[in-house]
Amino acid sequence: MSILVDRNTRVICQGITGKAGAFHTRQCLDYGTKMVGGVTPGKGGTKSEHGLPVYDNCYQAVRETACDTTLIFVPAGGAAEAAMEAADAGIRLIVLITEGVPTLDMVKARKYLDDKGVLLVGPNCPGVITPGQCKIGIMPGYIHKPVDGKSKTVGIISRSGTLTYEAVWQCSQRGYAQTTCVGIGGDPVKGLNYIELLGMFENDPETQAIVMIGEIGGTDEEKAADFIKQNVRKPVVAFIAGRTAPPGKRMGHAGAIISGGEGTADSKIAALRAAGIAVCDSPAVIGETLAKFI
Amino acid sequence: MKIHEYQAREILRNAGLPVPGSEVIDRSDQAAAAFRKLGAPKVVVKAQVHAGGRGKAGYVKLIDSPAEAEKLAAWMLANPMVSKQTGPQGVKVQKILLAPAVDIAKEYYLGVVLDRAKRTPVLMASAEGGVEIEEVAAKNPDAIKKAWFHPLLGLQPFQAREIAAAIGLTGDLAKQATDIMLRLARLFIEKDCSLAEINPLVLTPENKLLAIDAKFNFDDNATFRHADVAALFDPSEENAAELRAKEFNLSYISLEGNIGCLVNGAGLAMATMDIIKLHGGQPANFLDVGGSVTAEGAVEAFRIILSDPSVKAVLVNIFGGIAKCDVIADALIKAAQQIGFKLPVVVRLEGTNVDIARKMLKEANIPQLRPAADLTDAAKQVCAAV
Repeated sequence: MSILVDRNTRVICQGITGKAGAFHTRQCLDYGTKMVGGVTPGKGGTKSEHGLPVYDNCYQAVRETACDTTLIFVPAGGAAEAAMEAADAGIRLIVLITEGVPTLDMVKARKYLDDKGVLLVGPNCPGVITPGQCKIGIMPGYIHKPVDGKSKTVGIISRSGTLTYEAVWQCSQRGYAQTTCVGIGGDPVKGLNYIELLGMFENDPETQAIVMIGEIGGTDEEKAADFIKQNVRKPVVAFIAGRTAPPGKRMGHAGAIISGGEGTADSKIAALRAAGIAVCDSPAVIGETLAKFI
Repeated sequence: MKIHEYQAREILRNAGLPVPGSEVIDRSDQAAAAFRKLGAPKVVVKAQVHAGGRGKAGYVKLIDSPAEAEKLAAWMLANPMVSKQTGPQGVKVQKILLAPAVDIAKEYYLGVVLDRAKRTPVLMASAEGGVEIEEVAAKNPDAIKKAWFHPLLGLQPFQAREIAAAIGLTGDLAKQATDIMLRLARLFIEKDCSLAEINPLVLTPENKLLAIDAKFNFDDNATFRHADVAALFDPSEENAAELRAKEFNLSYISLEGNIGCLVNGAGLAMATMDIIKLHGGQPANFLDVGGSVTAEGAVEAFRIILSDPSVKAVLVNIFGGIAKCDVIADALIKAAQQIGFKLPVVVRLEGTNVDIARKMLKEANIPQLRPAADLTDAAKQVCAAV
């Protein structure tokens, strides 16, 4: 089992004819993802360089391809609108990769998506992967280890991109397969968050343990700690980036900022530890720490 | 993006909020004329810098003559302001605001921010104005009244009336306050702010509410659609190396330590700083080269890191995903040729095309490069090198 996506997920790419969209559609196809088409307004009726049908809008794409998921590379100014279009057209899961989306656009889009009951991953994220089945995003596929029925398994949730790869790699190196890895993104306002995904992994019979990677900014990790204490029985290993980050500075990610004394790594680590979660001091020992609990 | 107080006052004024008149000067010989133009017996002289702590540093002063205005302006312009927020080198003052001193019966606080957890804007108000809101939040959180509002519907008048009552404003004052709150909330949405704050909002003995200091921060991701906001950007307030990095799509933040860092990805870049600290070192910077980095971009990253004189060693930590290890290896070789390494560079590469990259670096045979087996090894090596 897995969460969110599997080998039957039918995916379109919004922005498929753009440079990033075309490149990553190719990578996803090569990984085995069922990419079934793409959307670029004004290019409907043509074929993409991968031979996939291109549609003018999501409504046509949903009608013609029976897709249920979209991977969005639309530039920041139009990304929130692209997500709302997908939701209105009947898409079930939106993976929004775009970085730099205005925060208030996401505030509005999230309300719209919530009204329609559509799930969002991102923005400003690497995407979602169920190793061996379906990769919807920009992560390098080969670092992941698919579930094989023998290896121990872990589900991964992270606000970061490359730091997720680091964690995945350490797990794979130690022989732990990943059921699903979700990069929830580095923005202050986003879609799926720790709590929803922790719940999904807790209920997924195949996932044995959970790795969560957080960073400075906001209070999502503190809320996750509370949730884990009440609702999660599976072992959780965590790492929080940004202990050395100075207050008031945005550390690359739009959401990674300590403001007004809120959002420090120490506060998050303390909350997680108080909830009985193993928090790694070093990003290099995530796999090693997991070995003690799995 | 931050702006100056005088710019914030202008935004408020244009939106119809009550802001006393003021003058802005950038030369001390303009000060006396500005004083006279204001026509007030007492005038506040305020240095226009983004950093806080102006009052304590002596850069907000009350004066009562044109001669004093000129003398004070000359001093402020000549001496960089040093406060808790500026670091020991201080910041140069380039503009000064003069405003008539206002008689104050009481001070209030009004601010709009985004509540990340609730994913919606929130108006905050307090009858304890004139001090940092964080201080109030820490000491007396009940003194802060909040109204969350819908991003499309905006703050509703009934919400504003409830908040006005909650901070003790009645009758005509409640009406004035409601109008101010509604306009401030509208500005926050219209201009894509991350903070819109009036502190203090002053009650005069004549029962008038006046905004006498204001602070605006804007969402960097949205300035592309606000030319008026983008025009307020003041590059002289920014770190020169950070600005240069931005031109090359690098995300760089200068820090106090002596170990330069070059990393791909913001989370991994933070984690790299953390692991350096964990092994007893001090990071000199945060640097994320990004996913679509080119060799030229990465060479520029080296240039920026090496231009910091306190850097004694560099840690390169790349987990190749979309960014490929061979591109970084190419950049390392080019940087060695073009800039030259006079200090140890510890290199940890993993991920996409790592084998090609390792081979390239081995063949290039750059003496200062020290390959690391893994992240822990890299951190240990670089900390031992300084």
